Order: sequence, then structure tokens, then C-alpha cells
Amino acid sequence: MSKPLIGVILGAVLGAVDGLTSWFTPEVRNELGSIVIGSTIKGIIAGIAIGFFARKFNSLPIGILFGSIVGALLAFPIALMQGKYYFQIILPGTLVGLIVGFATQKYGTSAATAN
Amino acid sequence: MKWISDEKLNRLRTIVNEPDFSSTKYTFVKELGRGGMGTVYLAEDRELNRLVAVKVLNTPDITDDLRRRMIREAQIIAGLEHPGIVPVHDVGTLPDNRIFYAMKFVRGLRLDEYAAQGASLRDRLRKFQAVCDTVAFAHAHGVIHRDLKPQNIMIGSFGEVLVLDWGVAKIRSEFHQSISKDPSQSVAHQTMDGTVIGTRDYMSPEQARGEIDQIDERADVYSLGAVLNFLLDDKATNTAKAICLKAMAHERESRYATAAELSADIGRLLDAEPVLAYRENAFEKVSRWVGKNRFLVLLILAYLLMRIFLIFTSRH
Repeated sequence: MSKPLIGVILGAVLGAVDGLTSWFTPEVRNELGSIVIGSTIKGIIAGIAIGFFARKFNSLPIGILFGSIVGALLAFPIALMQGKYYFQIILPGTLVGLIVGFATQKYGTSAATAN
Repeated sequence: MKWISDEKLNRLRTIVNEPDFSSTKYTFVKELGRGGMGTVYLAEDRELNRLVAVKVLNTPDITDDLRRRMIREAQIIAGLEHPGIVPVHDVGTLPDNRIFYAMKFVRGLRLDEYAAQGASLRDRLRKFQAVCDTVAFAHAHGVIHRDLKPQNIMIGSFGEVLVLDWGVAKIRSEFHQSISKDPSQSVAHQTMDGTVIGTRDYMSPEQARGEIDQIDERADVYSLGAVLNFLLDDKATNTAKAICLKAMAHERESRYATAAELSADIGRLLDAEPVLAYRENAFEKVSRWVGKNRFLVLLILAYLLMRIFLIFTSRH
């Protein structure tokens, strides 16, 4: 499976799971649908960015670092919009980015090089 | 009467046993090992200033058949150019009419010594896979070893794996022309039916019965299975044991068809992929996947733990 495709699939799944966990926060439970959609889209965007980065740079530590940074950067504006729950939003976003960064480098196949 | 001391007597014995290399470019150093057909000596190549292993036929009273066998062995090894097969440098006759051939001197340990030193199972399997690859190469060139055992496998000082002692190898008839251009020197089926060749604990049932015509690549696959069995320890998984059992199946039709197939299954075992020899249940599939993707599983677990922690703290 190509690195961007792994990034998109894993980003979407982990993003959706990330959004679904907001059900445990009663204050935002009535906004669950939009949170899940937003979180999934955020995961897909992160997955695409991390996947394409992994295609350019073939390095596990750099991939993990890049994934973590992208995850944190994408989570930050959402936390900013909420005005609270910075820790609860940025930390999981960073960890999702880290996992996607690891998986794309470890399991993704590099694009074939032309002779 | 004057008595000779034991020390002097032993020295005399050694001198008598030393091969006469006077007509060659080699100088005797010491004896390395003695086999049924020949003895291997460490010698110095004076021209190239390097150490070599010289195999000398045990007896000077040689029959044409024995002479042919020895030359044939040298030709077989020389014809198999592979990193896992010791290269032959030279072949000739000593002043006492004994045939010899010189080959690369390999520094290292025999596979049984290597295993006894406590090498990990993974390392042993890697070495075993290299043995399979070497044997597969020989098979592709029509040569069946017929005496594979840990004592005939060397692990060099840089971890290289070498298969030795091709003295009883069989050349499949369709390949024997490529070993020697001289038909009188090259006989594809030199061994009479009924003759038992090999080492008891490592030979296939058809080899033990002396069914020479039935011996093909799968006889070597059986011996490789026996070598694998020797290398496996208590920590060996069911999968590894299943590979061993398949290679050592009594009926040759049930074994791996080639050494390359066996090597591929060992590769899959090392890569935590499903192997041909063993059908896993669901639990074993999951454990293998978790074992293979340990870091990813740990990351996801860390993520879930963090999530539980955040849910717990947000409620208090």
C-alpha cells in the first residue's frame, strides 16, 4: 500500500475515533456529529500531508517527528476555536500524527523509481 | 639396546604421516581433519604466501575409481562458484601418487560448534537459510550433496556460511557434461544401487535403504530438515517445528520440493509471515501479527491509555 494511502486511511480512522471520544465529555456531546466529521477531515488532511512527506523522506524518526508536528499544528486551531480543552485536543492530535507518521514510514511502499 | 622416548616416537609418527609436498608449491603446517576418503591439511602456499587447506587422498594405492572420485569432487566444487562453497585453487598428484586438491582455508567454527556457543535461535535460522540457499544453488547446477550435516557446514569468522565435503555428491545425469568435458573422468551415477552413502542421523529414508536412483534434491531437503532439527531448541515455535517436520517427511513427495522452497519458508518464519508448512489458528495469527507490529500496537495502546486518562481527568 502506498504511503499517502496508508496516511489517509489511518488518519481517517484515528481521527474518527478521536472525535467519537468526545462523547465522554457531556458538555460537547450534542455536537458529536460535527466533531466526528471535523476530526475525521483533520485526520485525512494530516494523513495526506504525512503520507506525501513519507514518500519524499524515507526516515522513521523524521517521519514520526513530522507526523507529531502536523498532528499538533492541526489540533491547535481547533483548541483555539474552543478556547479551552487545549491539552485534551492537542495531545491526542499529536499522538495520532505520531502513529500515522510511524505507520507510513514503516508499512508504506515507496513509489517505484523509473530507470 | 637404546630406547626411543615417547616424545621422539610421536614426532616420528607425525613425520611419517605428513604428506610429501616437496613437488608442489605447498608447505605442510598441520593436519586439520581426517575423513573416509581423504585427510585435510593446513598448508602454506609459498608462491602466493597464504594458508590453504589441502585435501589428500588417504591411500597411495588408489584404484581408478578412487582417483576419479577425488578429481570429480574437485571438479564439482570448482564448478560451483558461490559464496557458500569453498573455492578450489589447485589439483595435482603428490610424489607418492596420492591425489590432492588445494582450496581456500576457512577460519571459523563448524555449525555444531557455532550452535554450542549459544547463538540465538534467530541467528541460527539465518545461518540455516544461507545453507539452504547454497544447497539450492548446487541443485540448480545438478549437484546433490548427499551428506549434509552440521559437521560439514562452517561459519566463517565474518559470519559467512560455507558448505563443505562434496566428496559423495551426486551429479544428475543431464548436468554431468558441464562438470567435466572428459567422459572418462565424469560419471553421473558412480555409486552402485544398494550402497548407503551419508551420515545415519541426517540421511533420508531412501538414502538409508541405499536406493541410489531414488535420491534427488529431496534427499538433501531431508538432511537440511535434520540439520534444522539439530539447530532448534526448546524455544522453537510450532511453526519452526512444522517446517522441520515437513522437510523430514518420510515420503519424499510430502517434503519441500526444493531447498529453495525450504529457504523461502524459513525466510517467512524470520519475517513473521505465514509459512507453507503450518496452518495457524486465529489466536496464533493475532499473536504473530502483534509480535511483528509490536511498536505500532504499543503506540495504539499508549493512545488508548491517554484517551482513558483524559476522559477520567475531565470528569474530576
